[in-house]
Amino acid sequence: MKRSQREAEESSRRIARRTLVLGGAQALFAGVLALRMRQLQVTQADEFRLLAEENRINIRLIPPARGILYDRQGHVIAENEQNYRIVIVREDAGDPEQALARLTRLVRLDDETVERALKEIRRHSPFVPVTIADRMRWEEVASVAVNAPVLPGITPEVGQSRHYPMGPDFAHVVGYVGPVSDYDLSKLEDPDPLLQIPRFQIGKTGVEAKEEELLRGKAGTRRIEVNAAGRVIRELDRIDGQPGSDLQLTIDAGLQNFMQARLGEESAAAVVLDIEQGDVLGIASSPSFDPNKFVQGISVADYRALTGTPYRPLSNKAVQGAYPPGSTFKVVTALAALEAGVITPEDTVWCPGYLKLGERRFHCWSRGGHGHVDLTESLQQSCDVYYYDVGQRVGIDNIAAMARKLGIGVHHELPMSAVAEGLAPDRAWKRARYGQDWQVGDTLNASIGQGYVLATPLQLAVMSARIASGRAVTPRLVRSIDGVEQPSGAGAALDIHPVNLARIRKGMDAVVNSRRGTAHRSRVVAEGMAMAGKTGTSQVRNITAAERAAGVFRNEDLPWERRDHALFVAFAPVEAPKVAVAVVVEHGGGGSAVAAPIARDITLRALYGRVPPGEAYPSDQRWEAERRLNDLPLRDPGSFSSGGRSRA
Amino acid sequence: MSYLEYNVKRVPTGLSKVLYVNWALVLLLTAVAGIGFMMLYSVAGGRLEPWADPQMKRFALGMTVMFVVAFVPIWFWRNMAALAYGISVLLLVAVDFFGTVGMGAQRWIDLGVFRLQPSELSKITLVMMLAAYYDWLDIRHVSKPQFVALPLLLILLPTALVLKQPDLGTALLLIAGGGIIMFLAGVHWAYFAVVVAGGVGLVSAVFASRGTPWQLLKDYQFRRIDTFLDPSSDPLGAGYHITQSKIALGSGGWAGRGFMQGTQSRLNFLPEKHTDFIFTTLAEEFGFVGGVSLLALYVLIIVFCISSAMQTKDRFSSLLTLGIAATFFLFFAVNMSMVMGLAPVVGVPLPLVSYGGSAMLVLLAAFGLVQSAHIHRPRGR
Repeated sequence: MKRSQREAEESSRRIARRTLVLGGAQALFAGVLALRMRQLQVTQADEFRLLAEENRINIRLIPPARGILYDRQGHVIAENEQNYRIVIVREDAGDPEQALARLTRLVRLDDETVERALKEIRRHSPFVPVTIADRMRWEEVASVAVNAPVLPGITPEVGQSRHYPMGPDFAHVVGYVGPVSDYDLSKLEDPDPLLQIPRFQIGKTGVEAKEEELLRGKAGTRRIEVNAAGRVIRELDRIDGQPGSDLQLTIDAGLQNFMQARLGEESAAAVVLDIEQGDVLGIASSPSFDPNKFVQGISVADYRALTGTPYRPLSNKAVQGAYPPGSTFKVVTALAALEAGVITPEDTVWCPGYLKLGERRFHCWSRGGHGHVDLTESLQQSCDVYYYDVGQRVGIDNIAAMARKLGIGVHHELPMSAVAEGLAPDRAWKRARYGQDWQVGDTLNASIGQGYVLATPLQLAVMSARIASGRAVTPRLVRSIDGVEQPSGAGAALDIHPVNLARIRKGMDAVVNSRRGTAHRSRVVAEGMAMAGKTGTSQVRNITAAERAAGVFRNEDLPWERRDHALFVAFAPVEAPKVAVAVVVEHGGGGSAVAAPIARDITLRALYGRVPPGEAYPSDQRWEAERRLNDLPLRDPGSFSSGGRSRA
Repeated sequence: MSYLEYNVKRVPTGLSKVLYVNWALVLLLTAVAGIGFMMLYSVAGGRLEPWADPQMKRFALGMTVMFVVAFVPIWFWRNMAALAYGISVLLLVAVDFFGTVGMGAQRWIDLGVFRLQPSELSKITLVMMLAAYYDWLDIRHVSKPQFVALPLLLILLPTALVLKQPDLGTALLLIAGGGIIMFLAGVHWAYFAVVVAGGVGLVSAVFASRGTPWQLLKDYQFRRIDTFLDPSSDPLGAGYHITQSKIALGSGGWAGRGFMQGTQSRLNFLPEKHTDFIFTTLAEEFGFVGGVSLLALYVLIIVFCISSAMQTKDRFSSLLTLGIAATFFLFFAVNMSMVMGLAPVVGVPLPLVSYGGSAMLVLLAAFGLVQSAHIHRPRGR
């Protein structure tokens, strides 16, 4: 494009004019900046000068005391302990190696600690305080404080750290705290300034993590003067923070301790619900671990030991573990059929030991069959064929709807990590998940709690509580916050006919208390303490043709991870139910042989409120039961806590 | 503009170009960067690591880039303007896909050697593009609506991409920088009046929307505005930075505490003390005198750029030089306002002083363009 000389001149002039305007504006703004600088640094400087001349002002955060966790009796589950540590500031200490050498003459420090401290010191700027040693004894701290004049730059400090007096008993429920990580911070849009404090501890799992906001509290602030050496001269003013809320859980620490001990080193979980309020009285998962190790910083070897075993100690199996519920699910199928009106309690089904569906045979656990079976007998003897037949008649959608009504396959809101939802499968689900039509075979598997059905131990306990009470009992873990009672989980009446519920309860009564019941050996003989329940043995495998040929049928012949899960759900006392219990032992074998005895001990412990007496057991088992209970490594919850002493 | 015109007049060629470099500008840039090295050295507690040393290496690299850019004729850069703009827009798109998240926003592309921040690059390529556009455009058409709409689109495209990262500070700088070039090119006053009125309307709409279901900003963004208006309302949250930096400035006083004697900025754990808040260290250690001196150096850089731009008749050269100077001005003006509590805290570094690779390289490359325009100006009559 060709442009005339005149046009270029005009363009230049226009740019020059506009530049003049813009330059003027810029000069004006630069002037404003200079004036502002003058205002802050010269005019207003006196405001700061008084304080800033010799000393420096500093705003420091006062970390709030973390809320304390109590059990339902007021025993302390999580508390704050005074934690004395020794801190060094390189700037003031001179040569750090000499300073540490002087310190080791006063306080015993191993070489590893000294080595690590030196590395830390070199990594940080000279004015950053570095912790040399943590969790010192009071005498050690005192000797450092007394010798302060010869230890420049080394100061004892007191902080608070979390302590769990019950150790492994509450590892899964309460979880543990740990220092804030960059990952934690990255998840927050507008993080609390407290989290910027190096090594500030926040909840990592369980209640500690889920109720973090409540437990943390609000930071206080203090404006302090520090002298040229960085030492605090005096406090100018102070705004106190707000300590975290104290939480009382619904859990009974004694029962919880008993449950953990009773499960022992099995890979298992157990839940006890109070039917009245839905309170979770105990929720155990084993094997467990010591959460205090995580607070102090767990060693690599210890951590490997926890993650490297198929028993998965870190997982909270009571709410995270979703298992095929096996025969315990039969109460759902039966109730769905009663409600749909497809059976009456008197209707019988002929069980020859299998049911033929096309070319396929669906076996009953009893090879020889059960003969004519009615509703009560079907539960009592856990006949599979009865449920194959009834399940087909009532249909999967009714079964799934009943499962959800009883709390299986729905989310229960508890402040714990990774609460699993389980699964109550129906036609729509299979279509959405696999893009396939629901098959009759799927219904047969589902009606005995195999196939796609999954339930957590918590959900099984909820199911039992709902059947026992006829109300939509929902589990509750937090009883009160700062003394304020939380809403009860009692729930409204279920939309199920009471007569049908009574029929199911009668069947569950027969499972334990009639001579031919699958859990008859685990009955309770004490007056007014009788337990009702349902056994379950869920397969985690199919027996292959090759195995059948080789004669491997028996569970004990299989490797551990392919053995059946043992399950038991219960409520007691039969006449006026107070507690609902569920026990799952991973790869434990049979529900009646393994899970039911555990459930009985736990139920009795919950009802008696102490280690159950021998009289509760049938006379032929009394001696064995007493010996078993006496051998449990129990602890008195009151004896371990320091009563939340460091609440200051 | 034809090559003929350049050829008739004398344009320096070959080694003689060295004589025509704007050496005063080079000196000023080096002085400012030198202040930056000193501050980074002081902030690190009297050590070259971790900031001063890499910063010096980047400055050396940046200076090399500047001279390379400077010795390439300015008309080459004008022809490259559209391409550079296109590449920077593509990089902004790419950052959405391959960028890594830093400080909660997606801003970087990792090139292995260093991390490129395309939003920095786009500030300069936008200036180049607009300068080339107005060089091409007949000045009689400058204020016609269709020819105003086009540069608006050119500005809004990278702005939208930057906003998506999200980086509000850079987005505002792009709009302001682009607007300034349009203003310099002679777009009619009325357009700017409308935009200013619209801006006021938008701000009041944003505030009116607060608390209603259709609120236009996130809650934490509102809180930042609150604390800007009244830092004492939240001395530990977002107001923390402003309060701390004011204390640091105030304790610096008239002449400061002396080099390496600053304390507030070291003890108060200003999280951005080596980047956005580095001015507090300078103001504390060298006081009002030091702060004003740096301001004066910055103003001198602007003055030299303006005077260079006024000496050339070439529209592209002068618009480019003025645009780069304006962008540079926006950088330090916004940063200083923020540190002194005159503007809300948005992430804008102090040019050539704050620690950071992309910003320094891009700025020095931009001054390479200024130098190129200066060197290749037709001289003599």
